[in-house]
Amino acid sequence: MIRVILPAHLRTLARVDGEVHLDVAGQVTQGSVLDALEARYPMLRGTIRDHRSGRRRAFVRFFACQQDLSHEPPEAPLPEPVASGAEPYLIVGAMAGG
Amino acid sequence: MSLRTCRRQNRGGIELFSGKGLPMSGVRVLVGTRKGAFVLSADGGREKWDISGPHFAGWEIYHVKGSPADPDRLYASQTSGWFGQVIQRSDDGGGTWAPVGNEFSYDGTPGTHQWYDGTPHPWEFARVWHLEPAPDDPDTVYAGVEDAGLFRSADGGQHWQELPGLRGHSSGPSWQPGAGGMCLHTIILDGPDRIYAAISAAGAFRSDDAGQTWRPVNHGLHSEGIPDPAAEVGHCVHRIAMHPSRPSVLYMQKHWDVMRSDDAGESWREVSGDLPTDFGFPIDVHAHEPETVYVVPITSDSHHFPPEGKLRVYRSRTGGEEWEPLTKGLPQEHCYVNVLRDAMAVDSLDDCGIYFGTTGGQVYASADAGDTWEPIVRDLPAVLSVEVQTLS
Repeated sequence: MIRVILPAHLRTLARVDGEVHLDVAGQVTQGSVLDALEARYPMLRGTIRDHRSGRRRAFVRFFACQQDLSHEPPEAPLPEPVASGAEPYLIVGAMAGG
Repeated sequence: MSLRTCRRQNRGGIELFSGKGLPMSGVRVLVGTRKGAFVLSADGGREKWDISGPHFAGWEIYHVKGSPADPDRLYASQTSGWFGQVIQRSDDGGGTWAPVGNEFSYDGTPGTHQWYDGTPHPWEFARVWHLEPAPDDPDTVYAGVEDAGLFRSADGGQHWQELPGLRGHSSGPSWQPGAGGMCLHTIILDGPDRIYAAISAAGAFRSDDAGQTWRPVNHGLHSEGIPDPAAEVGHCVHRIAMHPSRPSVLYMQKHWDVMRSDDAGESWREVSGDLPTDFGFPIDVHAHEPETVYVVPITSDSHHFPPEGKLRVYRSRTGGEEWEPLTKGLPQEHCYVNVLRDAMAVDSLDDCGIYFGTTGGQVYASADAGDTWEPIVRDLPAVLSVEVQTLS
């Protein structure tokens, strides 16, 4: 089970409270986690990464285990504590004005 | 909607009947702001208002508009610099909402337009500025987007397809963004085949084949801020309005100049007349008087506030040229707000109501065609758009 923490606006959009728990088949990567997240919550498609290119939106960041994984490729395996569910995978709205 | 509805007319919406068969009337004002949407409702007297919102709190709501074919069907453009574009749909007049499709992919290889520095810049979708539901089908809706393009959905917003003929016009690679981005902000549907679209800063375009092919309709516009002031494209059109009973007559608020066309955009003439300034953003037409037009003069393109700090709507009853200030109930000192291009609307009750919202968060209403005004709300976030549904 993968634990995902969404930013507040996306929790509201997806109508979820607290963490999202996902089952991910095969290797746990950023891409496979986001695929599973968007399959469960289709309204999140396009809000985290581009529909077609899959590129992360500029003001969205991915953190886990005190690391910034935002610039890791989508096929890169996530840290073992994320894959085991010990640590959450954080999708963060970057701090910026507005 | 709890009332039994009976469709009586297309323009202006639906007549409502109570369970006892007594005619009811009312209006629903749909307000998009920098930090959410608000729905303001009143009966036909338009004196007591129910306010709901913020819907989608914290997001920019560029536009909310109801279907003329089904007043319970609303569409909203919800955007964020962080999370991009969401389209929301309501099937119960704004009581509940659900996200629908948000994939706006340009047709084919997008190509380039001109960037601020003159270099080619790839077309990139940023947001939906304007949603225009079709008059006869609640599931058909058009979207004007930045970078300028026109999209259409025929399934209630679930899927969007570009009408690429507009962006693919031969002038497309030369279009440049205005200060607010290169947005398609005006969509006017005139019958089954004719569509007008306006783009900042490319100008006005018309299709006579339901959006397949387009041509610029800017003859007569004169813009000092471009190398050829009378160029075919490149004009910063802010807004176009049309009265459905006189579809060949168009009114335009350009960056500078209020313009009029009597031949469906083939030619334009200036009708700024005695306005204190002809810079502004919104323009609209009285619901029952096609020669009665409203604008909100703004000091200049670098002073986005009313002249002399006095918020005045100007009304022409002669289709332009002669304008009268409408001030009763509007602040006449120390007022330095702006009124954006999509932030004015008219209802179609017998006494035509006029509505507009300001960047200061006020939404003003007039139930007597502009003679007197009252604020419905004073302290919303900056208002981006105002639409009204006439429920009568």
